[in-house]
Amino acid sequence: MKKYNYIQNVAEISLDSDSCIGCRLCMTVCPHGVFDIKEKRAAIIKRNDCMECGACGQNCPVNAITVNPGVGCATLIISRWLTKMGIESKGCC
Amino acid sequence: MFTRVGIKRDQYVVSPGLYGVGAPDSKSPVIVTANYKLSFDTVRSALAGLDAWLLVLDTCGVNVWCAAGKGTFSTDQLVFQISRTALEQVVDHRKVIVPQLGATGIAAHKVKELSSFSVIYGPVRASDLDAFLKSSFKVEPEMRLVTFSLAERTVLVPVEFYLLGRSLWWIVPLLLIVSGFGPPIYSISQAWDRGLVLIAATAGGICSGALLVPLLLPYLPGKPFSFKGLVTGIICGGILDYMLFDHLSVYERAAAWLWVCSVSSYLGMNFTGSTPFTSPSGVEWEMKRAIPLQILTTLVAAALWLVAPFIW
Repeated sequence: MKKYNYIQNVAEISLDSDSCIGCRLCMTVCPHGVFDIKEKRAAIIKRNDCMECGACGQNCPVNAITVNPGVGCATLIISRWLTKMGIESKGCC
Repeated sequence: MFTRVGIKRDQYVVSPGLYGVGAPDSKSPVIVTANYKLSFDTVRSALAGLDAWLLVLDTCGVNVWCAAGKGTFSTDQLVFQISRTALEQVVDHRKVIVPQLGATGIAAHKVKELSSFSVIYGPVRASDLDAFLKSSFKVEPEMRLVTFSLAERTVLVPVEFYLLGRSLWWIVPLLLIVSGFGPPIYSISQAWDRGLVLIAATAGGICSGALLVPLLLPYLPGKPFSFKGLVTGIICGGILDYMLFDHLSVYERAAAWLWVCSVSSYLGMNFTGSTPFTSPSGVEWEMKRAIPLQILTTLVAAALWLVAPFIW
Protein backbone atom coordinates (compact mmCIF):
# COMPACT_ATOMS: atom_id res chain seq x y z
CA MET A 1 0.00 0.00 0.00
CA LYS A 2 1.10 3.54 -0.66
CA LYS A 3 2.48 5.16 2.46
CA TYR A 4 0.68 8.29 3.60
CA ASN A 5 2.55 11.29 4.91
CA TYR A 6 0.74 14.07 6.63
CA ILE A 7 2.14 17.46 7.69
CA GLN A 8 5.65 16.97 9.07
CA ASN A 9 7.20 18.13 12.35
CA VAL A 10 3.97 19.08 14.09
CA ALA A 11 2.99 15.95 16.03
CA GLU A 12 3.76 16.41 19.70
CA ILE A 13 4.98 13.20 21.27
CA SER A 14 7.86 12.64 23.63
CA LEU A 15 9.42 9.67 25.31
CA ASP A 16 11.45 9.63 28.47
CA SER A 17 13.73 6.70 27.75
CA ASP A 18 15.27 6.81 31.24
CA SER A 19 12.02 5.66 32.84
CA CYS A 20 11.22 3.16 30.04
CA ILE A 21 11.15 -0.45 31.25
CA GLY A 22 11.10 -1.96 27.76
CA CYS A 23 7.70 -3.66 28.05
CA ARG A 24 7.10 -3.10 24.29
CA LEU A 25 3.46 -2.19 24.76
CA CYS A 26 3.84 1.14 22.94
CA MET A 27 5.21 -0.76 19.96
CA THR A 28 2.29 -3.18 20.15
CA VAL A 29 -0.50 -0.61 20.25
CA CYS A 30 0.86 1.97 17.78
CA PRO A 31 -1.07 1.71 14.49
CA HIS A 32 1.71 3.50 12.58
CA GLY A 33 4.89 1.79 13.72
CA VAL A 34 6.23 4.92 15.40
CA PHE A 35 8.18 2.94 18.03
CA ASP A 36 10.90 0.36 17.99
CA ILE A 37 12.92 -1.24 20.75
CA LYS A 38 16.60 -0.34 20.83
CA GLU A 39 18.86 -1.74 23.55
CA LYS A 40 15.84 -2.96 25.54
CA ARG A 41 14.22 0.47 25.60
CA ALA A 42 11.58 2.06 23.43
CA ALA A 43 12.68 4.58 20.82
CA ILE A 44 10.65 6.84 18.55
CA ILE A 45 11.74 5.95 15.03
CA LYS A 46 8.97 7.48 12.89
CA ARG A 47 7.89 10.64 14.67
CA ASN A 48 6.24 12.08 11.56
CA ASP A 49 3.93 9.09 11.21
CA CYS A 50 2.40 9.78 14.64
CA MET A 51 -1.29 10.72 14.50
CA GLU A 52 -1.50 11.50 18.23
CA CYS A 53 -4.13 8.85 18.96
CA GLY A 54 -2.66 8.46 22.45
CA ALA A 55 -2.74 4.65 22.62
CA CYS A 56 0.96 4.47 23.59
CA GLY A 57 0.70 6.97 26.43
CA GLN A 58 -2.48 5.34 27.73
CA ASN A 59 -0.80 1.93 27.91
CA CYS A 60 2.63 2.90 29.19
CA PRO A 61 2.75 1.47 32.73
CA VAL A 62 5.44 3.95 33.85
CA ASN A 63 4.09 7.09 32.13
CA ALA A 64 7.22 7.49 30.04
CA ILE A 65 5.30 8.77 27.01
CA THR A 66 3.75 12.21 26.76
CA VAL A 67 1.22 12.75 24.00
CA ASN A 68 -1.84 14.93 23.94
CA PRO A 69 -4.41 12.64 22.35
CA GLY A 70 -7.12 13.96 20.12
CA VAL A 71 -9.11 13.39 16.98
CA GLY A 72 -7.69 14.96 13.83
CA CYS A 73 -10.97 16.21 12.47
CA ALA A 74 -11.55 19.67 11.00
CA THR A 75 -15.24 19.79 11.92
CA LEU A 76 -14.42 18.99 15.53
CA ILE A 77 -11.70 21.65 15.68
CA ILE A 78 -14.02 24.27 14.18
CA SER A 79 -16.70 23.56 16.76
CA ARG A 80 -14.04 23.80 19.48
CA TRP A 81 -12.91 27.20 18.14
CA LEU A 82 -16.52 28.39 18.03
CA THR A 83 -17.12 27.24 21.58
CA LYS A 84 -14.03 29.18 22.68
CA MET A 85 -15.48 32.29 21.04
CA GLY A 86 -18.67 31.72 22.98
CA ILE A 87 -20.72 30.42 20.06
CA GLU A 88 -22.74 27.29 20.74
CA SER A 89 -22.23 24.70 18.01
CA LYS A 90 -23.30 21.17 17.40
CA GLY A 91 -20.55 18.55 17.50
CA CYS A 92 -19.95 16.39 14.47
CA CYS A 93 -19.67 12.67 14.98
CA MET B 1 -26.42 -0.73 3.45
CA PHE B 2 -28.23 2.43 4.55
CA THR B 3 -26.60 2.29 7.95
CA ARG B 4 -23.12 2.38 6.44
CA VAL B 5 -24.05 5.69 4.81
CA GLY B 6 -25.19 7.15 8.09
CA ILE B 7 -28.98 6.88 7.94
CA LYS B 8 -30.28 5.78 11.34
CA ARG B 9 -26.68 4.96 12.23
CA ASP B 10 -27.17 6.30 15.74
CA GLN B 11 -29.66 3.57 16.56
CA TYR B 12 -27.75 0.64 15.04
CA VAL B 13 -26.79 -1.07 18.28
CA VAL B 14 -26.64 -4.45 19.99
CA SER B 15 -27.10 -4.91 23.73
CA PRO B 16 -23.81 -4.89 25.65
CA GLY B 17 -22.86 -8.15 27.34
CA LEU B 18 -21.41 -11.57 26.67
CA TYR B 19 -22.21 -13.47 23.47
CA GLY B 20 -21.10 -16.88 22.21
CA VAL B 21 -19.90 -17.64 18.69
CA GLY B 22 -20.01 -21.34 17.74
CA ALA B 23 -19.95 -23.50 20.89
CA PRO B 24 -17.56 -21.79 23.31
CA ASP B 25 -16.53 -23.37 26.61
CA SER B 26 -14.41 -22.34 29.59
CA LYS B 27 -11.21 -22.57 27.51
CA SER B 28 -12.43 -20.40 24.62
CA PRO B 29 -10.90 -16.99 23.95
CA VAL B 30 -12.78 -13.83 24.91
CA ILE B 31 -12.82 -11.12 22.28
CA VAL B 32 -13.85 -7.59 23.20
CA THR B 33 -15.76 -5.37 20.79
CA ALA B 34 -18.09 -2.35 20.61
CA ASN B 35 -21.88 -2.43 20.49
CA TYR B 36 -22.06 -0.81 17.03
CA LYS B 37 -23.87 -3.54 15.10
CA LEU B 38 -21.56 -3.27 12.07
CA SER B 39 -18.52 -3.84 14.34
CA PHE B 40 -20.25 -6.69 16.14
CA ASP B 41 -21.28 -8.41 12.88
CA THR B 42 -17.83 -7.96 11.35
CA VAL B 43 -16.17 -9.65 14.30
CA ARG B 44 -18.83 -12.35 14.41
CA SER B 45 -18.40 -13.24 10.75
CA ALA B 46 -14.60 -13.15 11.06
CA LEU B 47 -14.96 -15.81 13.76
CA ALA B 48 -17.16 -18.12 11.65
CA GLY B 49 -16.18 -21.73 12.26
CA LEU B 50 -14.43 -20.93 15.56
CA ASP B 51 -15.65 -21.11 19.14
CA ALA B 52 -15.21 -17.89 21.07
CA TRP B 53 -16.82 -15.49 23.51
CA LEU B 54 -17.64 -11.96 22.44
CA LEU B 55 -17.66 -9.36 25.20
CA VAL B 56 -19.58 -6.36 23.90
CA LEU B 57 -18.92 -3.01 25.59
CA ASP B 58 -21.47 -0.22 25.67
CA THR B 59 -20.07 2.41 23.28
CA CYS B 60 -23.46 3.95 22.41
CA GLY B 61 -23.35 2.26 19.02
CA VAL B 62 -19.99 3.73 17.98
CA ASN B 63 -17.15 1.65 16.47
CA VAL B 64 -14.12 0.62 18.54
CA TRP B 65 -11.58 3.22 17.41
CA CYS B 66 -13.84 6.27 17.54
CA ALA B 67 -15.35 5.11 20.84
CA ALA B 68 -11.86 4.58 22.29
CA GLY B 69 -10.89 8.10 21.21
CA LYS B 70 -14.00 9.54 22.81
CA GLY B 71 -13.77 7.60 26.04
CA THR B 72 -16.69 5.15 25.88
CA PHE B 73 -14.58 2.14 24.89
CA SER B 74 -12.65 2.46 28.12
CA THR B 75 -10.84 0.72 30.93
CA ASP B 76 -13.78 1.34 33.27
CA GLN B 77 -16.33 0.03 30.79
CA LEU B 78 -14.26 -3.11 30.14
CA VAL B 79 -13.80 -3.78 33.85
CA PHE B 80 -17.52 -3.14 34.39
CA GLN B 81 -18.59 -5.62 31.68
CA ILE B 82 -16.12 -8.24 32.93
CA SER B 83 -17.71 -8.10 36.38
CA ARG B 84 -21.32 -7.68 35.16
CA THR B 85 -21.10 -10.80 32.99
CA ALA B 86 -19.26 -12.73 35.75
CA LEU B 87 -16.59 -13.56 33.19
CA GLU B 88 -14.32 -15.20 35.78
CA GLN B 89 -17.01 -17.87 36.24
CA VAL B 90 -17.50 -18.38 32.52
CA VAL B 91 -13.87 -18.98 31.55
CA ASP B 92 -10.94 -20.64 33.34
CA HIS B 93 -8.26 -18.41 31.83
CA ARG B 94 -7.72 -14.75 32.68
CA LYS B 95 -7.20 -13.17 29.27
CA VAL B 96 -9.29 -10.81 27.17
CA ILE B 97 -8.42 -9.99 23.57
CA VAL B 98 -8.92 -6.30 22.82
CA PRO B 99 -8.71 -5.01 19.24
CA GLN B 100 -5.48 -3.02 18.89
CA LEU B 101 -7.30 0.17 17.93
CA GLY B 102 -9.17 -0.03 21.23
CA ALA B 103 -5.85 0.72 22.98
CA THR B 104 -6.54 4.45 22.72
CA GLY B 105 -9.21 3.96 25.39
CA ILE B 106 -7.85 1.02 27.38
CA ALA B 107 -4.91 0.94 29.79
CA ALA B 108 -3.88 -2.71 29.90
CA HIS B 109 -2.08 -2.45 33.23
CA LYS B 110 -5.10 -0.84 34.90
CA VAL B 111 -7.46 -3.53 33.61
CA LYS B 112 -5.16 -6.14 35.16
CA GLU B 113 -5.15 -4.22 38.42
CA LEU B 114 -8.91 -3.77 38.59
CA SER B 115 -10.17 -7.09 37.25
CA SER B 116 -7.36 -9.69 37.34
CA PHE B 117 -7.78 -10.11 33.57
CA SER B 118 -4.81 -9.47 31.30
CA VAL B 119 -5.34 -7.57 28.08
CA ILE B 120 -3.88 -9.05 24.91
CA TYR B 121 -3.97 -6.68 21.99
CA GLY B 122 -5.25 -8.45 18.90
CA PRO B 123 -4.84 -7.36 15.28
CA VAL B 124 -6.19 -4.08 13.90
CA ARG B 125 -8.57 -5.82 11.47
CA ALA B 126 -11.16 -8.44 12.42
CA SER B 127 -10.27 -10.34 9.22
CA ASP B 128 -6.89 -11.21 10.80
CA LEU B 129 -8.54 -12.70 13.92
CA ASP B 130 -8.66 -16.20 12.49
CA ALA B 131 -4.90 -16.27 11.82
CA PHE B 132 -4.26 -14.61 15.20
CA LEU B 133 -6.26 -17.20 17.16
CA LYS B 134 -4.89 -20.16 15.22
CA SER B 135 -1.30 -19.04 15.81
CA SER B 136 -1.89 -18.74 19.57
CA PHE B 137 -2.03 -14.95 19.61
CA LYS B 138 0.80 -14.17 17.24
CA VAL B 139 0.37 -10.84 15.45
CA GLU B 140 2.35 -10.29 12.27
CA PRO B 141 3.81 -6.77 11.96
CA GLU B 142 1.49 -5.83 9.08
CA MET B 143 -1.54 -6.78 11.20
CA ARG B 144 -0.49 -3.97 13.56
CA LEU B 145 -0.64 -1.18 11.00
CA VAL B 146 -3.69 0.67 9.75
CA THR B 147 -4.22 0.95 6.02
CA PHE B 148 -6.23 3.35 3.90
CA SER B 149 -6.73 1.60 0.59
CA LEU B 150 -8.88 2.75 -2.31
CA ALA B 151 -11.68 0.46 -1.09
CA GLU B 152 -11.42 1.83 2.46
CA ARG B 153 -11.56 5.38 1.11
CA THR B 154 -14.41 4.66 -1.30
CA VAL B 155 -16.82 3.42 1.37
CA LEU B 156 -16.42 6.76 3.16
CA VAL B 157 -17.62 8.84 0.20
CA PRO B 158 -21.37 8.21 0.69
CA VAL B 159 -20.98 9.14 4.38
CA GLU B 160 -19.38 12.45 3.40
CA PHE B 161 -22.26 13.15 1.01
CA TYR B 162 -24.90 12.17 3.56
CA LEU B 163 -23.42 14.44 6.24
CA LEU B 164 -23.22 17.26 3.70
CA GLY B 165 -26.87 16.89 2.76
CA ARG B 166 -27.92 18.61 5.95
CA SER B 167 -26.08 21.85 5.23
CA LEU B 168 -27.48 21.98 1.68
CA TRP B 169 -30.91 22.80 3.12
CA TRP B 170 -29.76 26.32 3.89
CA ILE B 171 -26.99 26.74 1.30
CA VAL B 172 -29.16 26.16 -1.78
CA PRO B 173 -31.83 28.76 -0.86
CA LEU B 174 -29.06 31.20 0.04
CA LEU B 175 -27.43 30.74 -3.38
CA LEU B 176 -30.78 31.40 -5.10
CA ILE B 177 -31.38 34.53 -3.02
CA VAL B 178 -27.98 36.13 -3.66
CA SER B 179 -28.30 35.46 -7.38
CA GLY B 180 -31.38 37.64 -7.76
CA PHE B 181 -29.76 41.03 -7.20
CA GLY B 182 -29.49 43.00 -10.43
CA PRO B 183 -30.83 46.08 -12.21
CA PRO B 184 -33.03 47.65 -11.11
CA ILE B 185 -32.85 45.87 -7.72
CA TYR B 186 -34.04 42.32 -7.72
CA SER B 187 -35.44 39.82 -10.18
CA ILE B 188 -36.95 36.44 -9.37
CA SER B 189 -36.30 35.01 -12.83
CA GLN B 190 -32.68 36.08 -12.59
CA ALA B 191 -32.46 34.52 -9.13
CA TRP B 192 -33.50 31.26 -10.71
CA ASP B 193 -31.24 31.42 -13.79
CA ARG B 194 -28.11 32.57 -12.00
CA GLY B 195 -28.92 30.51 -8.91
CA LEU B 196 -28.80 27.37 -11.01
CA VAL B 197 -25.29 28.30 -12.14
CA LEU B 198 -24.18 28.63 -8.52
CA ILE B 199 -25.88 25.35 -7.61
CA ALA B 200 -24.01 23.65 -10.46
CA ALA B 201 -20.76 25.21 -9.21
CA THR B 202 -21.51 24.02 -5.66
CA ALA B 203 -22.22 20.51 -6.95
CA GLY B 204 -18.91 20.65 -8.80
CA GLY B 205 -17.11 21.73 -5.63
CA ILE B 206 -18.75 18.94 -3.66
CA CYS B 207 -17.78 16.28 -6.22
CA SER B 208 -14.29 17.69 -6.23
CA GLY B 209 -13.80 17.90 -2.45
CA ALA B 210 -15.89 15.02 -1.16
CA LEU B 211 -15.44 12.53 -4.01
CA LEU B 212 -12.21 13.21 -5.91
CA VAL B 213 -10.11 14.09 -2.84
CA PRO B 214 -10.93 10.81 -1.01
CA LEU B 215 -10.53 8.69 -4.13
CA LEU B 216 -7.32 10.28 -5.43
CA LEU B 217 -5.90 11.08 -1.98
CA PRO B 218 -2.43 9.51 -2.29
CA TYR B 219 -1.91 10.87 -5.81
CA LEU B 220 -2.82 14.51 -5.21
CA PRO B 221 0.08 16.91 -4.64
CA GLY B 222 0.78 18.57 -1.30
CA LYS B 223 0.30 17.35 2.26
CA PRO B 224 -2.47 19.65 3.56
CA PHE B 225 -5.87 18.27 2.55
CA SER B 226 -7.11 21.81 1.92
CA PHE B 227 -4.41 22.10 -0.74
CA LYS B 228 -5.36 18.77 -2.31
CA GLY B 229 -8.96 20.05 -2.42
CA LEU B 230 -7.79 23.27 -4.01
CA VAL B 231 -6.00 21.34 -6.75
CA THR B 232 -9.06 19.26 -7.66
CA GLY B 233 -11.18 22.42 -7.30
CA ILE B 234 -9.12 24.34 -9.87
CA ILE B 235 -9.47 21.44 -12.29
CA CYS B 236 -13.20 20.87 -11.70
CA GLY B 237 -13.87 24.60 -11.80
CA GLY B 238 -12.04 24.80 -15.11
CA ILE B 239 -14.02 21.93 -16.58
CA LEU B 240 -17.34 23.45 -15.46
CA ASP B 241 -16.32 26.84 -16.81
CA TYR B 242 -15.45 25.37 -20.20
CA MET B 243 -18.53 23.18 -20.49
CA LEU B 244 -21.33 25.16 -18.85
CA PHE B 245 -20.43 28.74 -18.03
CA ASP B 246 -19.07 30.15 -21.30
CA HIS B 247 -22.23 32.24 -21.82
CA LEU B 248 -21.62 34.19 -18.58
CA SER B 249 -19.71 37.41 -17.98
CA VAL B 250 -16.07 37.21 -17.03
CA TYR B 251 -16.90 38.37 -13.46
CA GLU B 252 -19.45 35.63 -13.03
CA ARG B 253 -17.14 33.02 -14.47
CA ALA B 254 -14.38 34.07 -12.07
CA ALA B 255 -16.83 34.04 -9.15
CA ALA B 256 -18.10 30.54 -10.00
CA TRP B 257 -14.55 29.20 -10.38
CA LEU B 258 -13.43 30.69 -7.05
CA TRP B 259 -16.52 29.29 -5.36
CA VAL B 260 -15.78 25.78 -6.67
CA CYS B 261 -12.23 26.10 -5.27
CA SER B 262 -13.45 27.28 -1.84
CA VAL B 263 -16.01 24.51 -1.49
CA SER B 264 -13.58 21.88 -2.68
CA SER B 265 -10.72 23.03 -0.45
CA TYR B 266 -12.99 23.20 2.58
CA LEU B 267 -14.48 19.75 2.00
CA GLY B 268 -11.07 18.29 1.28
CA MET B 269 -9.91 19.67 4.62
CA ASN B 270 -12.94 18.13 6.32
CA PHE B 271 -11.95 14.71 5.04
CA THR B 272 -9.09 14.76 7.58
CA GLY B 273 -11.71 13.62 10.12
CA SER B 274 -12.21 10.37 8.23
CA THR B 275 -8.63 9.25 7.73
CA PRO B 276 -6.60 7.04 10.03
CA PHE B 277 -3.37 9.03 9.84
CA THR B 278 -3.98 12.78 10.31
CA SER B 279 -2.78 14.13 13.66
CA PRO B 280 -4.85 16.80 15.42
CA SER B 281 -1.78 19.07 15.58
CA GLY B 282 -1.42 18.74 11.81
CA VAL B 283 -5.08 19.39 11.12
CA GLU B 284 -5.03 22.49 13.29
CA TRP B 285 -1.83 23.65 11.58
CA GLU B 286 -3.37 23.50 8.14
CA MET B 287 -6.71 24.93 9.25
CA LYS B 288 -5.09 28.05 10.69
CA ARG B 289 -3.57 28.70 7.29
CA ALA B 290 -6.32 27.45 4.98
CA ILE B 291 -9.49 28.80 6.54
CA PRO B 292 -8.59 32.51 6.17
CA LEU B 293 -7.82 31.86 2.50
CA GLN B 294 -11.06 29.93 2.01
CA ILE B 295 -13.03 32.79 3.58
CA LEU B 296 -11.21 35.35 1.46
CA THR B 297 -11.84 33.40 -1.75
CA THR B 298 -15.51 33.06 -0.85
CA LEU B 299 -15.84 36.79 -0.14
CA VAL B 300 -14.16 37.73 -3.43
CA ALA B 301 -16.43 35.26 -5.25
CA ALA B 302 -19.51 36.70 -3.53
CA ALA B 303 -18.49 40.27 -4.35
CA LEU B 304 -17.87 39.45 -8.02
CA TRP B 305 -21.13 37.56 -8.24
CA LEU B 306 -23.15 40.39 -6.69
CA VAL B 307 -21.70 43.23 -8.75
CA ALA B 308 -21.57 41.38 -12.08
CA PRO B 309 -25.22 42.08 -13.11
CA PHE B 310 -24.77 45.81 -12.42
CA ILE B 311 -21.64 46.35 -14.46
CA TRP B 312 -22.12 43.96 -17.36
